[in-house]
Order: sequence, then structure tokens, then C-alpha cells
Amino acid sequence: MSTGVLGENKRGLRELGAEDKLGWDEVTQGVVLTSFEGDSSNIAHTVVEDREYSDFNTYTATVASWRVLKPVYNRDICIDCQNCWVWCPDTSIISRDKQMLGIDYDHCKGCGVCVEVCPTNPKSLLMFGESKEIDEALSEWPEKKKKEK
Amino acid sequence: MAKEFELNEVEVWDGNYAASQALRQAQVDVVAAYPITPSTPIVEGYGAYKANGYVDGEVVMVESEHAAMSGCVGAAAAGGRVATATSSQGFALMVEVLYQASGMRLPIVLTVANRALAAPLNVRGDHSDMYLGRDSGWVQLDAFNAQEAYDMTLCAFKIGEHLDVRLPVMVHQDGFTTSHKAQNVYPLQDKVAYDFIGDYVPVDDMLDFSRAVTHGAQTEEDWHFEHKARQHKALMESRTVIDDVFAKLKELTGREYKRVETYMMEDAEVAIVALGSSVETAILAAQELREEGLNAGVVAPRCFRPFPFDLVRDALDVPTLKAVACLDKSAPGGAMGALFNEVSAAAYSTKSRPMMTNFIYGLGGRDFSVEEAKRIFKEQKAHADAGHITTDIQQFSGVRGPKLGFFQTRRG
Repeated sequence: MSTGVLGENKRGLRELGAEDKLGWDEVTQGVVLTSFEGDSSNIAHTVVEDREYSDFNTYTATVASWRVLKPVYNRDICIDCQNCWVWCPDTSIISRDKQMLGIDYDHCKGCGVCVEVCPTNPKSLLMFGESKEIDEALSEWPEKKKKEK
Repeated sequence: MAKEFELNEVEVWDGNYAASQALRQAQVDVVAAYPITPSTPIVEGYGAYKANGYVDGEVVMVESEHAAMSGCVGAAAAGGRVATATSSQGFALMVEVLYQASGMRLPIVLTVANRALAAPLNVRGDHSDMYLGRDSGWVQLDAFNAQEAYDMTLCAFKIGEHLDVRLPVMVHQDGFTTSHKAQNVYPLQDKVAYDFIGDYVPVDDMLDFSRAVTHGAQTEEDWHFEHKARQHKALMESRTVIDDVFAKLKELTGREYKRVETYMMEDAEVAIVALGSSVETAILAAQELREEGLNAGVVAPRCFRPFPFDLVRDALDVPTLKAVACLDKSAPGGAMGALFNEVSAAAYSTKSRPMMTNFIYGLGGRDFSVEEAKRIFKEQKAHADAGHITTDIQQFSGVRGPKLGFFQTRRG
């Protein structure tokens, strides 16, 4: 069922809060929620696309609608320094084997931290309006800034 | 492996020492604590057991009571048997986390030596802190003396950890009056006490890596109500487990406890309803008055939460009963006392519907004497003879200055 790290998998299947509404006799004791289906003993060594996330896991929900601006990623400039991956507060930078692959638009809230911490010139990540097409955004990428003397 | 503690058949313990011995015998995994008067010796004693090899678990000293209860929540969610102790201001600082513990269904045991709340600052015993916990979703057991502080603490683990309950439990005793008064206490031997409580059975524990769980999820208007309803049902239904645990303790020790204790109520004409060490004072007063020909009785909720509405009603459903005084040892802050309100609600559904009055008494450790209890009984008798409440419905007992009272019966 895996479609790779950039694929859909179970990520962002539903809007947050769109679960079946259960009665008081059906909700879990103490609001304890299981994160994965089945045995999770080896979960830390299992890559995201191979994990059996439970329906309670926020991984299966999307919060894309919260976003007004979105970060766009430019592969041609990126140096794979992993700064954005380290700083993203929502683990929404997708990286594998220290190579930047893209952005998890199901969980990114558009805070702009990744753009702020990007060290390249010009930046490899820039904020655009949510409705802007990716190709259009890439075509508007700024040139390298010259150092002021 | 923890060393066995040599115990005599009868020990001379105060309430604090009794509680700390019970915690030791429960072999608690984590005690996270920030000691405060008058409950300090509970933690102090427990720390000494740890230092001397009588405890295998951890003792964590933290920076505040908020942190103490937070540490307990974390350790309980991780999957351990957990307990702590506090009083008064420390209890107040814990309150936020008390609600977390019950909502997360973590069976933490909190031993409380009841003490007044500032201002003005006061270290003596009243029930302000106990009352502060009454909506927190915990089971609240009340010990009237040192023996009961020991017994109730053992019961607290067995009740809270029961898989049908899984709720935190407080064991209250009166600060100083009980916590610092040495009395004869009949303890169980270590193994007997531990076997009575049983091994801890973890539920949804975070240290079970094969089943990763989220504790402390957020719920808004679409989920919160259902979770609180389920929690309330668990607390209400803990009543049968409490009865069962008390029955098992009786089998083991011969000491009988009930969720509502009654004394000489079978033919009572007047009664006092009270909590804590004042119960024994009221019983002495009732005994003396019965020698003078007044049929006095006493009702004492041993279990403050879940409030034993049905058993209080049964206790007051006595055909001869005419007048009842409810004693609240906590400043009511602009209302009738909480015990008065709750007991009156239960009494309202009896056939006899006795006249109900309220006394605010004993604040900040003010002594409550047998003489004063007798005076209150006699005042109830005056109501009974007159056929109506002859005083203000709420009065203050034992306060200096002009008589202080509020509200009268409206008579047609």
C-alpha cells in the first residue's frame, strides 16, 4: 500500500475533526488514543510510508485549510543543509537520507520558519499565496543578490 | 528488594506516620513530592524508608506542588503505582493538575492532612483544602483518626487501581488533630498489606512500546462532553468497588467501614452530620446526651466523593428524626456550607424531611468541643419541640463577637 515518502499513503486523508462522533459510552477511557495499528515496538526504525498510522493519529488528518501563505521549494538552489527540516515546528519538511524532497502540504501551517532559516542566496524556500501554482511560483524566483560593499 | 519492616501488633502512630507506613507497604513506584505542613512527615517518613532500604521505588523532590502532581501524572501515565502528600496552599497549587489526573484516569493516591487556606495564613486544620478538591473528579475518602488514615490509604490504592474505576483517590485526615496525634494503630504485616492491595496492573501505559499511545489529547465542543460524562459515570460507579474493598478489609482486619457511617441513628430525634475528627467529638456528645434522655445521633460521610447521596438519604430516613445540623469546617464564601447543601438535597427526598440547619465551625483550627456539640444538639431539640427552626438557618459556631447567622424559615 506504500506509495513512497512523497505519496499520499494515509497522510492527510481527512479534515481534522471529521471523525465519526461517538457517544460517551464509546469514547476511550482517559482520552487515551492509540497512535498506530498493531505492534509499534519497532516504530522508531520504520520509515513513515511503512507505518500503520491509526485513525486517531494526526498524520491521517489534514490542517491544510489553516494556511494562508505556503512555502514553495526550489530544488535547483537547495544545498540540502537540513536547516528547514531541523526548524520546522510541524515536521512538514520531507527529507530522506539527508536529501530535501519537498513539503508536506497536509500538515504545513504556513508559518514561514523554513524560509527564515534557509541560508542560500537566493533562498531555496519562499512564501507564496496559497492559490499560487507551484510552476508559476518557481518562474518568479528572484536572482542572486549581490553583496553590498 | 525492599527490606521488611518489623511491626508490632499494636503501634503508637500519628496519622501522618500511619499514612506513610501505608504508602511504604504499597511499594509505590514513584513518589513525587513537595512537603508542606502539616503533611510533611508523610513524605519525610517515606523518604527515610527509601534511604534505609525499605522502598524500591523512586522518591522525586520537585520545585512545587504543581510539579509534584505533574510528576505523579507523568509517572502514572508511564505505568507506575504513584502517590504523594500535601496540604492547604500546596493542595491549591495542585488543583490544576488534579483535574488532569482524574480526566486522564490515572489512579494516583494523594494523602492530605487537611489545613486552612490563606489569607490569613494559617497552618491549622480545617476542611478548606478538602472542599477545594470536591469537583476535581477524585475519589475522596475521609479518615477520622490515625487508624483510619492507615486503613483508608491502603484502601485508596485498591479502589483507584481497580480496572472498573481507574481514578485517583485522596485520603483526608484532619491536620494536627489527626495528623499529629499519636494513637494506638493496628497495622498489617508488610506482606499481608501488599497482598491486600495487589500488584499494580498498568493500563494504556506509555512504557509499553508495543502499543504507542497518546495521553492528554485535546477535545473541543465536539468531544469534551462525552469524555466528561464517561468520567463522571466511572466515579459514580466506583461506589460498588469502594463497598467491596471495605468488605475485604473487614475480612482481613475485622474493622468495618461504610461510605456513610452512622452512630445511634436508629431512634434519633436530632442529629449532627460532620466530617473528620469532629465526628468523634459529636459521638461523645450524643452519648452524654442520651444519658440525659435526648436521643441524639451522628451521620458521617466517610466517602466525600463520590457523594453517597443514597446512603445519606437512608441514614436520615428515620421516622423519629426531627432536626439535623450539618457542620461545615470550611468558609463557605457567600453560600450555605457545601455539606449542608448536599445533605439537605438528600434529606429532601426522605419521607420525614427533617429540619436542616447549617453551622460553620472550626475554621483555622478553632477547637470544637463536646460541650459545643451538645449545645448544637440541644438547639436541634428546641427546633423539634417548636415544630420549626427557631434560629437562623446558617450560624457560626465558636466565633467571637455578636451572634452571626443568616436566613430564617418562612412561616405562613
